[in-house]
Amino acid sequence: MTAGSAYREERRPRSFYALAVFFALFVVFLYGPVVTILTLSFQGPSGGLTFPMNGFSFYWFERLWSGRGTVDIGSAFERSLMLGLTVMVLTVVVSVLAGLAFRKKFVGATPLFYVAIASLIVPSIVVSLGIALEFRILDDVFRPVLASIGLVSRRGNSLGLFTSGLGAHLSWTLPFGLLIMFAVFNRLDKSYEEAARDLGASNWQSFCHVILPMIAPFLIGISLFGFTLSWDEIARSSQAMGSTNTLPLELAALTTTVTTPEIYALGTSVTAVSFTVIFGTLAAFVLLQRRRRLRALAE
Amino acid sequence: MDASTRVGASNAEKGISSGARKRRTSWTPAWVPYAQAAPLALVFFLFFILPLVATFVVSFWNYTEYSIEPAFVLSNYQDVFYGCFSGSPALCTTFATYLSTLKFVAIVWVATLLIGFTVAYFLAFHIRTLPMQIALFMVCTIPFWTSNVIRMISWIPLLGRNGLVNEMLTSIGLVDAPIEWLLYSDFAVALALVHLYTLFMVVPIFNSMMRIDRSLIEAAYDAGASGWQTLTNVIIPLVKPGILIGSIFVVTIVTGDYLTIGIMGGQQIASVGKTIQTQINFLQFPIAAANAIVLLAVVLLTIWGMLRLVDIRKEL
Repeated sequence: MTAGSAYREERRPRSFYALAVFFALFVVFLYGPVVTILTLSFQGPSGGLTFPMNGFSFYWFERLWSGRGTVDIGSAFERSLMLGLTVMVLTVVVSVLAGLAFRKKFVGATPLFYVAIASLIVPSIVVSLGIALEFRILDDVFRPVLASIGLVSRRGNSLGLFTSGLGAHLSWTLPFGLLIMFAVFNRLDKSYEEAARDLGASNWQSFCHVILPMIAPFLIGISLFGFTLSWDEIARSSQAMGSTNTLPLELAALTTTVTTPEIYALGTSVTAVSFTVIFGTLAAFVLLQRRRRLRALAE
Repeated sequence: MDASTRVGASNAEKGISSGARKRRTSWTPAWVPYAQAAPLALVFFLFFILPLVATFVVSFWNYTEYSIEPAFVLSNYQDVFYGCFSGSPALCTTFATYLSTLKFVAIVWVATLLIGFTVAYFLAFHIRTLPMQIALFMVCTIPFWTSNVIRMISWIPLLGRNGLVNEMLTSIGLVDAPIEWLLYSDFAVALALVHLYTLFMVVPIFNSMMRIDRSLIEAAYDAGASGWQTLTNVIIPLVKPGILIGSIFVVTIVTGDYLTIGIMGGQQIASVGKTIQTQINFLQFPIAAANAIVLLAVVLLTIWGMLRLVDIRKEL
């Protein structure tokens, strides 16, 4: 941004205004459709799926959350929330550990990195099918063996929210977490750790008192990715959830069957959770950065 | 994204050089990095590598109406390519499906590239303060953290038969009757895909642009280059890696997509992902696995071809 200050005095070129209009249109394109369903979810009881609005009410929200309507959403909502929080915590912990590992030399670092990138790029339907098949084979081959010594019941399904479902989500969130950790550790000078070492800190002390405070704001970023990616995940979940459904899966199924604004009310509720998490974490990030800057000034 | 590959590469280099000098730069025992990388490696082994192996193995299995049986048969692949090499002029189902997907890939790639490049260019070169850049960048990113399905269905009140677009067009007299092809059509699918995935172009291109040394651009102007010449001779060559990374994301996502094509196409348009999903629903796992392996091969070949087109290591 050094060059920026050099030409700050100049007038804006004409291309600036053309591009600014283009950018504004892009933002309208991004947010416009969502705003329409947020609005339409407050339709009056006699309102339909499209404009005009027939009054303003919370009718469809009440219908949705009372369970009287066509949709029973409470349990799916709860499942998705629990899974999202679990994925969030695990993504942060595993990504930080892996980020620390990649700061050192170890055999297999490059293949592991490529596997993480591949996990991001391989079509989700392929991964989802693979996980379903893996657990099927597991049930067919290992369950009888374990059942014969009385460890598990003979009939059963290992596919589930916190077995295959959790794994499917982690295979999607961890590459993002790892890439963020790379970006963070790339900017973190190794001499901080060496200074801590010279001052007599143990490995654990140098992590707790030196590294962790420095990377803390970015861990908030990783947890944001961890939760929101899991909360909205659908392609990888489709075959990996067993007999249960997450909220996005319910929502996708409802797109073909529900013809009332109830589906918009559901969409608004899901988006409300997303926005709460997004703006909550962004605020926490800004606060942490500001507090750190103040402390740096004070010292 | 290119930042991270560079980090990985430079870390590896550092490791090698310090090793060669036999100087211990780290006081941590040698097993520590393995223990730290183990959870990540375990997750990818259990929920990425093994599933792909399972898919590959099952694609050679037999199946009946209600069960799958270990075997080694090629019939699943023969079924996938049924009629493809018989020499008849009509395309077989699989080729026709891939051709239809290719059409979406081409349209969405061009659209996301043009929009993504323009947006990234505006953010990188026309916004002059970093906080403003970050704020506008977040404005572009926030939708990425919300649900894809909701972003898809939010087009329904706009594009439907009685939607806003049709109402507007009829009220100003541009069309007599509502346009039917706005929703549940190829158009709707392409529009939704562009809507969902332009961000995957914006982020890597913006990242590449922010790395360009501003003095290069001033040098180009000083040497008498016009704005357009600077763009084509300086900026575009320098952001090629970003364009490539964004393209890989968009192309692979659209190739494997089944949700957007399903919902926005009114479940009427074919895609490989949808074929696989249908076969899974009928419990025909081995043929679904064969289709998945073919899809995987197509995606990997595409990435390989794109990496050949631009030597990413030279560009980094």
